[in-house]
Amino acid sequence: MEHTHTAEGHAHHDSSTKKIWRTFWILLAVTMVEVGLAFLHLETGFPSRVLLNAVFIGLTVVKAFYIVSEFMHLGSEIKNLIYTVMLPLLFFIWFIIAFLYEGNSWKNLNRDLKPGTPIEKVKAPAEGQHGHH
Amino acid sequence: MDTAVTAKKKWWDGGYSPFNVSYGKLMMWYFLVSDAFTFGALLISYGTIRFSSTSWPDPNEVFRSFPGMGHANLPLVFVSLMTFILIMSSVTMVLAVHAGHMRDKKAVAKWLTWTVIGGACFLACQAWEWTHLYHEGAWWGRNPFHNVDGTLASTNFTNFFFTITGFHGLHVTSGVILNIIILANVLKGTYEERGHYEMVEKVGLYWHFVDLVWVFVFTCFYLL
Repeated sequence: MEHTHTAEGHAHHDSSTKKIWRTFWILLAVTMVEVGLAFLHLETGFPSRVLLNAVFIGLTVVKAFYIVSEFMHLGSEIKNLIYTVMLPLLFFIWFIIAFLYEGNSWKNLNRDLKPGTPIEKVKAPAEGQHGHH
Repeated sequence: MDTAVTAKKKWWDGGYSPFNVSYGKLMMWYFLVSDAFTFGALLISYGTIRFSSTSWPDPNEVFRSFPGMGHANLPLVFVSLMTFILIMSSVTMVLAVHAGHMRDKKAVAKWLTWTVIGGACFLACQAWEWTHLYHEGAWWGRNPFHNVDGTLASTNFTNFFFTITGFHGLHVTSGVILNIIILANVLKGTYEERGHYEMVEKVGLYWHFVDLVWVFVFTCFYLL
């Protein structure tokens, strides 16, 4: 809850400053883990690119959560405000899936229908579907 | 602001803000939500184009320089420094907001000054990176870097990079300007007279948002 803005809260002062620095260390640590993993991948090829990207995206969301919740104080606001801000952002889930799917499909079409691509090659999967000779 | 919130309080019956924040703060949140969609649109179109390309330049090959280190291969090091600077300036901003709650004018001025310095350092880093890339032949419409698979890359990579980091840099620039204005008002005693430092909070929200966007730009351009 929003605290009262009076001078009496010196104990409050300390705990709240502590929380700020705790958030800072979390953000720094997560960033260092990300960079560390990136270097590990460059040196050894482990973890695999797909796994690595999933971890990067997950850690990015973790950082975003701490910035919005702690630094922007949204975690301490009332539910009405939290929902007003967060619910519209759910659209992003659909945007990301739809647009990346579209991009990928565009790439496949481009590859399959490139000028000079043997026409049989395009036909082949369609024939395959109808089954056996 | 009303602080004694009981479980049965009827938020939508009027008489007070149903969001328990001032009008100005609420509008800042609305602006930030809309700005999030602007950045989201930019980053998602970047992702779409990247998914539609058969190959793409390797960020570890492109962003591997550090000022004064010549041709040493140092991927991610410089951008990590930039990230650190921006997170740090976010911390000093929260400390300024916190000092505002305590009505501690001197502390607000001190932390805001550090925030301005942090923002300026970030912009200086970005200016160096852009200059460096420009001298390597990269710019809007020009891309000297090859794809991972060795084929010639299109200019999509540089176009998106300069547009999105540029748009973010523009936000940082306006954030620094706002911080300077707020700092001047703090020193003049405007908020002391007004009885509260809420303006520091509003600008603080904007500043943290800039940091938030950078977290995503960092992931999308340098890590993935």
